[in-house]
Amino acid sequence: MSSIPRTLYEKIWDAHVIEQRDDGTCLIFIDRHLVHEVTSPQAFEALRMAGRKVRRPELTLAVPDHNLPTTPRVDAAGNRVPIADEQSRGQLEALERNAPEFGVQYFGATAAQQGIVHVVGPEQGFSLPGATIVCGDSHTACHGGIGALAFGIGTSEVEHVLATQTLQLRKSKTMEVRVEGDLGPGVTSKDLIMHIIGTIGTAGGTGHVIEYRGKVFEDMSVEGRLTVCNMSIEGGARAGLIAPDETTFRYLKGRPYAPKGADWDKAVAYWNTLHTDDGATFDKSVTINAAEVEPTVTWGTSPEDTVAIGGVVPDPMSFADPSKQRAAQASLDYMGLTPGMRMDEIEVQNIFIGSCTNSRIEDLRAAAEVLKGRTIHPNIKWGIIVPGSGLVKMQAEAEGLDKVFTDAGLEWREPGCSACLGMNPDKVPAGERSASTSNRNFVGRQGPGARTHLVSPAMAAAAAVTGRLTDVRKLTNEEPALA
Amino acid sequence: MEKVSTVEGRAYPFGMKNVDTDIIIPAHFLKTVTREGLGAGAFEALRKNPDNVFDNPAYAGSPIIVAGDNFGCGSSREHAAWALLDMGVKAVIAPSFSDIFSGNAFKNGIVTVALPQDAIDRLMEVAETDPITIDLEAQTVTTPFQDRWTFEIDPFRKYCLTEGLDEVGLTLQSDSAIRAYETRQRDEQPWLASGTGLAA
Repeated sequence: MSSIPRTLYEKIWDAHVIEQRDDGTCLIFIDRHLVHEVTSPQAFEALRMAGRKVRRPELTLAVPDHNLPTTPRVDAAGNRVPIADEQSRGQLEALERNAPEFGVQYFGATAAQQGIVHVVGPEQGFSLPGATIVCGDSHTACHGGIGALAFGIGTSEVEHVLATQTLQLRKSKTMEVRVEGDLGPGVTSKDLIMHIIGTIGTAGGTGHVIEYRGKVFEDMSVEGRLTVCNMSIEGGARAGLIAPDETTFRYLKGRPYAPKGADWDKAVAYWNTLHTDDGATFDKSVTINAAEVEPTVTWGTSPEDTVAIGGVVPDPMSFADPSKQRAAQASLDYMGLTPGMRMDEIEVQNIFIGSCTNSRIEDLRAAAEVLKGRTIHPNIKWGIIVPGSGLVKMQAEAEGLDKVFTDAGLEWREPGCSACLGMNPDKVPAGERSASTSNRNFVGRQGPGARTHLVSPAMAAAAAVTGRLTDVRKLTNEEPALA
Repeated sequence: MEKVSTVEGRAYPFGMKNVDTDIIIPAHFLKTVTREGLGAGAFEALRKNPDNVFDNPAYAGSPIIVAGDNFGCGSSREHAAWALLDMGVKAVIAPSFSDIFSGNAFKNGIVTVALPQDAIDRLMEVAETDPITIDLEAQTVTTPFQDRWTFEIDPFRKYCLTEGLDEVGLTLQSDSAIRAYETRQRDEQPWLASGTGLAA
């Protein structure tokens, strides 16, 4: 046992080094690999061509999510509804073939366990504290919420992991995001992470692994932690981490792939060592005052373009950096906004509640809390609620949440990535706005010409009710309504 | 992978900052099961503007892109690297790159060169009229006007690029070390080693 104080990241890294090259590159063992239909076909094909096998199929879990339509997958007669889009169908069929051919566990499109990879991994207890977890998807950072070192990889790396169960990596720098104090009423984990990204910028964490520290995270549910870590990549960090604790262990216990019996006790004993030691240092540190975090929305086309709901669209000239001035002006042109416009006067036509950031049961409960007994505003042309997995869907239905949503006038869908990324039928029309609980407001992300405002589930629900971006606290009486 | 020693030729004076991978290749092009043909979808939204740099005949087929900082941020889609490769791009010069994109680029033999903003400003000028040379061995970027900058590159990446190595093959040379690690994990952390229980 090393006596030099180490950060959580360093502990997990050290535990996975197989060997180190002279140039500093390390061969790192990968404990868990999540696979979906979009970034894996070329990797499996490369294995086939090279005559290679999946080295450790039991460490791989495959599930389709990105381009599955979220409309019913089985018709009244119980038959599978085919995917209309030929290319999407081709990708899905490739995964359906590749998983059994290479001996990998597969949750198919109609399985109850199917869902967004980053919802499924923790939900199944496949994602565990202290594990190295990869997936051909940048939001893999999500699993840091249970204390795993989790990061997105490209398809060549997917192939590398399938073939070798390892990656050639250089150690990242460490960054501490310390949040002091408590979040105010009606302020959520989503608002917090958007505020953090607005503070550090989209490249603020580049080259670093972020560890989120402070009482806020200790008090936060695992689902809230998953939301925070999920968006680490929007701050440039390949991975985000929150130290596992009793909350994490309670969340994991009894899940299908979580350790059982004596293994559980042994695992918990190990997981209890997974925290940053007193005296360990970070390469970079940022402190955020939780009390300053308001319900947060984005105004532009980068996740760093955040502002409190009570704020206004900024003037591009207010940024010091000339290239940011140009980028902000281009964003405003794309978004159809003018400086000084109040954020809570911006009308929206589309509501999307879902994505790997915000489609878990707590997210749906938060939205339902606002929507209960209310109906959507006539401005809203299209509003969908997309649970993160079949199991989340069943739980929500058992709690009657689906009824709250449909009574309000929103559509209740099948699990998948949906309108987060515009590669399945769920898209926002060009020129229209969405209040979206997803993670990226990039140009064209939700469909060509779509204008995205990122928000929390409660804020999306509030926007559905009023037809414009709205401070949810005015609907829930957590703050006195302003005149 | 082909060996890379130098990249030389005209460059697209792009200059944009925070170029995300949705800009490089939007999601509706990701439904392919091959790596080829993505150049047609590269920078689709920007190319709707008739004055865009990528359709300017002066730069057609350029092997280099000069861009602003944080190039390739966002999604992990390797399709972004494949799209650039399909356009004939062999190198991107920018003040900084997202970690995932630079890894993906490297795996496809695309060199990512990080230079300070003042060098980028100068290269944007040069690119309007003249070629740029990236020498990977010497780690330099030069122009016909005596401009010369040196850049840093991860030594392992440089080695793989200049030798044209297959990384999977390279890693499998460490098979015995991987086996030893796996044996130790099965012994010490069996809960990690068992996974889904669906062993081959």
